[in-house]
Formats: sequence, C-alpha cells, structure tokens
Amino acid sequence: MFDALRERLEGVLSKLKSRGRLTESDVDSALREVRRGLLEADVDYKVVKTLVEAIKIRAVGKDVLESITPGQQVAAIVYEELSALMGTEPAPLAISSMPPSVYLMVGLQGGGKTTTTVKIAKKLSAGHKPLVVACDLRRPAAVEQLRILAEQSKIGFFGPAAGESDVLSVVRGAVKFASERLYDVILLDTAGRLHADEELMEELAAMKRQLPPTEILLVVDAMTGQEAVKVASAFHEKLTITGVVLSKLDGDARGGAALAIRQVTGVPVKLAGVGEGTDALEVFDSRRMAQRIMGMGDVMGLAEKIREMADSGGAEKIAESLKQKKFTLEDLLLQFEQIEKMGPLDKVLEMIPGLSRMKGMGADELDAKRLKQSKAVIQSMTREERREPSIIKGSRRRRIALGSGTSVQMVNQLLAQYEQMRKLWKQFGKQGGKGLRLPKGLFGGGGFRFR
Amino acid sequence: MAFFERLKQGLKGVRERWSGGLSLLFSGGVVDEAFWENLEEILISGDVGVDLTISLIDSLKRDAEEKRIRTPEELFRLFEEMISSRLLAVPFMGEPLPVTPPSPSVILLVGVNGSGKTTTAGKLASRWTKEGKKVIFAAADTFRAAAIEQLKVWGDRSGVRVIAQQHGSDAAAVAFDALQAAKASGADVLIVDTAGRLHSKHNLMEELGKIHRVLEKEKGDSRMEVLLVLDSVMGQNGLAQAETFNKMLPLTGVVLTKYDNTAKGGIILAIAHSLKIPVRYVGLGEGEDDLRAFDVPEFVKALLGDNGHGQGN
Ligand SMILES: Nc1nc2c(ncn2[C@@H]2O[C@H](COP(=O)(O)OP(=O)(O)OP(=O)(O)O)[C@@H](O)[C@H]2O)c(=O)[nH]1
Ligand SMILES: [Mg+2]
Repeated sequence: MFDALRERLEGVLSKLKSRGRLTESDVDSALREVRRGLLEADVDYKVVKTLVEAIKIRAVGKDVLESITPGQQVAAIVYEELSALMGTEPAPLAISSMPPSVYLMVGLQGGGKTTTTVKIAKKLSAGHKPLVVACDLRRPAAVEQLRILAEQSKIGFFGPAAGESDVLSVVRGAVKFASERLYDVILLDTAGRLHADEELMEELAAMKRQLPPTEILLVVDAMTGQEAVKVASAFHEKLTITGVVLSKLDGDARGGAALAIRQVTGVPVKLAGVGEGTDALEVFDSRRMAQRIMGMGDVMGLAEKIREMADSGGAEKIAESLKQKKFTLEDLLLQFEQIEKMGPLDKVLEMIPGLSRMKGMGADELDAKRLKQSKAVIQSMTREERREPSIIKGSRRRRIALGSGTSVQMVNQLLAQYEQMRKLWKQFGKQGGKGLRLPKGLFGGGGFRFR
Repeated sequence: MAFFERLKQGLKGVRERWSGGLSLLFSGGVVDEAFWENLEEILISGDVGVDLTISLIDSLKRDAEEKRIRTPEELFRLFEEMISSRLLAVPFMGEPLPVTPPSPSVILLVGVNGSGKTTTAGKLASRWTKEGKKVIFAAADTFRAAAIEQLKVWGDRSGVRVIAQQHGSDAAAVAFDALQAAKASGADVLIVDTAGRLHSKHNLMEELGKIHRVLEKEKGDSRMEVLLVLDSVMGQNGLAQAETFNKMLPLTGVVLTKYDNTAKGGIILAIAHSLKIPVRYVGLGEGEDDLRAFDVPEFVKALLGDNGHGQGN
C-alpha cells in the first residue's frame, strides 16, 4: 500500500529532467509527496512540517546534478535530513562503573517490555551476569511470562513473593538477591501503563528514586501512530529516560514514530526489536531507519545478512556433500540450522525493496517455529531413516510425529519438502553446484541467491 | 467497584479529550486558510491518515459550498455529521454482539502482538457471564510464554472454563477441542483467544486461517464473529493490518482497545471506510468491566476535539 517515496519523487520530478535547476515550484510539488510519504509513515505532524521546511531551503536553487535524476536528488536530501534527525552514532547501553547497573524498562501496555527485557539480558550475558526482575504485578501471568522466558534463555530471574503487591519491596528484594549472587546488571520489567495515568507514572518515579537506574529505557511499538510524541514526552518528563527501544520492527510498519521521539526528547533510539524470539534484538541504525521511513527498503540490512550467510560457510558444506553423494535428510537438517543462525528469512525478504510490498509473498515456511518443528521431525528419525527416507512409511511417520511433538501431517510435509529439494539438488549437481538457488517451497516465491 | 463508577472513570478520559474544547479550531471565528490547516492537523494527529484527511476535507468544502455554510460552528457540526454518518453507514457499527442461538456463538479474537486480545476475551466473558450466559474460553495462543496462564486467570475471575493444551501444541486443535467442549456442555459462547501476530508474517497468518477453517467447519449453524483487536495508539499500519487479516479470514468487527489512552484511534475511520467493518466495542482499562459498546458520536467528538488536553482516568 505504500509506494516508495523515492519512486513518487521520481514521478513528480521526471518532467524536469531537461532543465538545469530546481525551482521553487518544482520543489513544492516534490515536497507535497515528501509530506504525504512521511505522514503515511507515522512521522509526527509537526515534525513533518519542520522537516519539509528544512528540505525546501536546501533544495531550492540546487543545480541538478548530471548523474542523478532530480527525484533522486531530493530523495537524497530527505534521507540526509531524516538520518541527521535521528542521530548518526549508535548509542550503546550504559554500564555502571559501580555494579550493579540497573535498567528500568518502561512503556505503554502491550509494547513489548517483557520480551525486550529478556532480549537485552540475553545480549548482555555474553560479558555480564544479568538478572531480570518481574515488577509487573498487575497483568495476569506477567510474572510467569518473564520467568519462563528467563529460564529458556538461562538468565537469572527474581520475582515477587506470592501475594506481593508492593513493587518497591520487589525492587528491594531484587537488589539484595543480586548482590548476594553477584549479578551485575539488574533489569526491571515494569507493568505497562498509560502515559496519562498519573498514579502509575508516579509509581515509576518512586522506583527511580529508590534505585537510581543506570538506564531508563522506553519501549515503543514501531507501529505507534501520532500519539508517540505525547507518550515519549510524558515518560521523559516524569522519568528523564535515557534511551528508547523500538519494538516489533519486524513488521511492515514504516516506524516514523522513531523520528518524533528522537526529536521531542533528544534521547537516542538504542535498540530495535525484530522478532518474537529472544535473540531478535539489533542495535538501532538510524540510516537504515531513514531508508525504511522513506519506503526505500532496508538495503543495508539485506547486504549484511547476505554477508553473514556467505561467511558462515554452510552453503559450501552442503554443496560439498552434494557433489559426493546424494542429498539426505541430514543435509536438510544442516541447512535448517544454517537458516536458524541467520535469523528468520522472511525478515531477509522483507528487506528487499519491493518484495515487502508483495502481498502473500509466501514467507510460509520461514518462521522460527516451523523451522524448529522441521528440525524436531528430522531429529526424531533414526540414522537409517535420515539416510534412506524411502523407508519411512505409515507407522514410522506416526512414531516420528509423536517423538517430535508434531503431527503426521507435518512429517508428510517435511518429507515432501525433502523430496522437492532432493530433485533440485540433483539438477544443481549437474550444473556444478554454483550459485545455489533455493527452491520455492522453502523460501517462498523467492529463489534467493545466497552465494 | 460498581460498574457505573468504573465506566464513569473510564469515560472521564474520553470526555476530557473534547470538553477542553475545540478552541484550536474555533478561536478565530472565521473560516480561513488557518481553519482548514487546523482541521487537517487535528485529523492527521488523530491518526486518520493523510489521504483520508484530504478527501474528507475536500468533501466538507464541497458540502459547505453547496449549503452555503460560512461559520466555523456550523461547519463543525456539518463535519461531525459527515463523519458520523459515514461510520454509521457500516452495518452494526457500535452495536454490541448479540448472543443468540443456535449455541454456541463463536468469537474469534485476532490481532497483532500486545493489542489486547486476551484482556478483551476476559472482558467479554465477564460481560456475558453477568448476563447469565455460559461462556467457554479456548486458549489458542499456544505460542507466547504464559499466554495460557494469563487466560486462566481471566477464567478464574469470571468462573469460565478454559480449554487448553500444553504450550506449543496446535492452535487449531485447541480451537477444535474447545468447540466440542462448548457444544457438549451447552455453552452459549465460545471465546477463542489467539496468539498475537504481525500481519506481514505469512505463515502465522496461515495458522490463523486454519483455526478459522476448523471453527467454520465445526460450528454448524452457530454464528461466528471474527474480531480484530486494535490498539488505539496504532498508526497507519492499522489499515494494512485490517486488510491483511481480512483477506485471511473475513473480519466481522473491530474492538478498539486502550481507548482510555489519549490517542484518538483515527485509523478506524479508514478501516470502516475501506473495509466496511463495524467497530463493536472499546476497551477503557485493564479491569473486567472496562469494556463498552463503541459510541459513534463520542468517538467523533473526541477525534475532532482539541489535541493535547486529554487525560486518562
Ligand atoms: N489501559 C488499557 N490497557 C489495556 C486495555 N486492554 C488491554 N490492556 C493491557 O494491554 C496489555 C496487553 O494486553 P493483552 O490482553 O495481554 O494483549 P494480547 O493482544 O492478548 O497480547 P499478546 O497475546 O501478547 O499478543 C496488558 O497489559 C493489558 O492489561 C485497555 O482497554 N486499556
Ligand atoms: Mg494474548
């Protein structure tokens, strides 16, 4: 539904290719498109206004460069202004020189605080010993949710005693618990609250006074609309936040809220949540974000993913085994593991300009959950079965389904998928295995070249 | 707390949103460029979206011309009517769901992550059990950690039985089981809580399609409602959500949650406009009674009200 802003600009400005200078009226018609594009991306109304004025000043009277079109030129100015607004340097999380570092996670209901808390803890656990603390005593099963996620990620957890209703006492308990067990980062997952709810905002302020935190991170849903400014400024006024985490960026929202938040608070967006899994957290990149807001597709992100994939060497291993022998279920398993390492492929596809806009671009079989199930199915097979799949008949299929906690249908699907892949590999084998092209069934309409 | 007390509390925020007044719009007393610009700002700031805003203002201008309306007050009334009548043109707009035989009625709640599905399930159940209806929950969010536990807490609150399997099991199978249980126990309503999912994740949308197909096939002549649960702070992506969900399984209604927020929820105008789906309820808080029928005039007043004066409860 969103046309790329750049394409629109090209459209508007294509008429003036022949002339040499951007006149005010050329620029005005281009800026109308810029304005529309930014508003569609949920950039704040007032911020758009200021931006458009700034862009106009820069664009009018500019010589049209020979090598690029006027559309590209205006787009470049827009891009520069956007990324400048968001700050160009990545902003790392602060670690206190006097442990423990305390991170207070705040935000509206349903924004993604709990997941983000665990994601950050997991990232930190490479060099630290983080403790996540359940301070959401209001939402049903919120404590349980954090406990489960922490356990899955093997991260320290502290929760309230049964019937506890005082958040501050949970915090006291957590600090004591942490110092006894040498946790050096304490992450407090708080209950979601409305920025206009004074009572609950005061509760956060009280937590802040008690601690004081090293970071106060506001978690904001990337799909947030024009309210983002009010939300961010209210939290900032009350708490002086130190950073923002933009969650759910794995969707197709353009995420213009990020701009306004930065503009209004001056606080950097530090991290971006890009999936439901606890690893799906990235350092926020303002240039990529500027491209995304403009609807240009995340070209840089795509390039990175491709490099990672190539570096991992998995593709070569598979190609090697292909040359030597036939393609077995063990190879398929290896491939699943490769994909898992790389992150969800639908995300990769979404980063390609244009592709994200094609509806129903079957990213079907790409998600982590399904990948896990597919792996489980293969892992529930005997060695013999993996090497000679043709022996997997009815009763074996039922056993495998049971063993993998999936269904016979799932087993059937996997075997069909395998069969399809095997045929393809055979062809590639003939072609010498250069430039492996992944088959449709696995990667959605794609044929995604990864070497 | 008494129901009406809570409701009043919840409504306070909504009311304050426009009682602060339309000062922004009517300060000058004349209809000039600034007037139209203010109107545009109000609508866009309310998440109505730039294209719809422009087309609404264009038709207001045309209407005003035709009817020879000159004062801001009259213009405002005309505009209010225009938006209200557009909303009300959608069948069932603002009407609570009827629970009628053949039993059980099936309510399927869908939406992106964190939009308020589970809470809405709890609120609907509370409402119906208080009316003496027998309700059953299907815990078809088998994906998110502690989602089943969360629904069980809501089940305990209203004495509603929760049909669940273990975490990670097939959501459609849970829905199937729950529907059988609802039929066998003579329940009036089955409320199916599903996992939050971004509409751009095709595979997860397929899973939802499967849940829907199973229910559709098994429910017999019972009515089924598929409600999109939408957060009031949702921006322009809300329309893409509604469209994509609607393609996968025909939506029959919207619940606008967290409307105790100061956000205006203007994206529902675009949704109502392009998909003709009625908004049935709004969520006004986290308690079991914080749900009420969507009120068109009030929504329109809040939308057109001064922005920045809102107060939550
Ligand atoms: N203020 C307010 N909060 C709400 C409302 N509805 C839900 N919430 C809160 O929003 C948060 C998310 O609600 P859930 O019901 O868990 O949302 P969900 O859609 O089931 O979330 P997932 O299953 O994780 O996708 C919780 O903290 C709820 O208490 C509402 O109308 N007003
Ligand atoms: Mg839920």
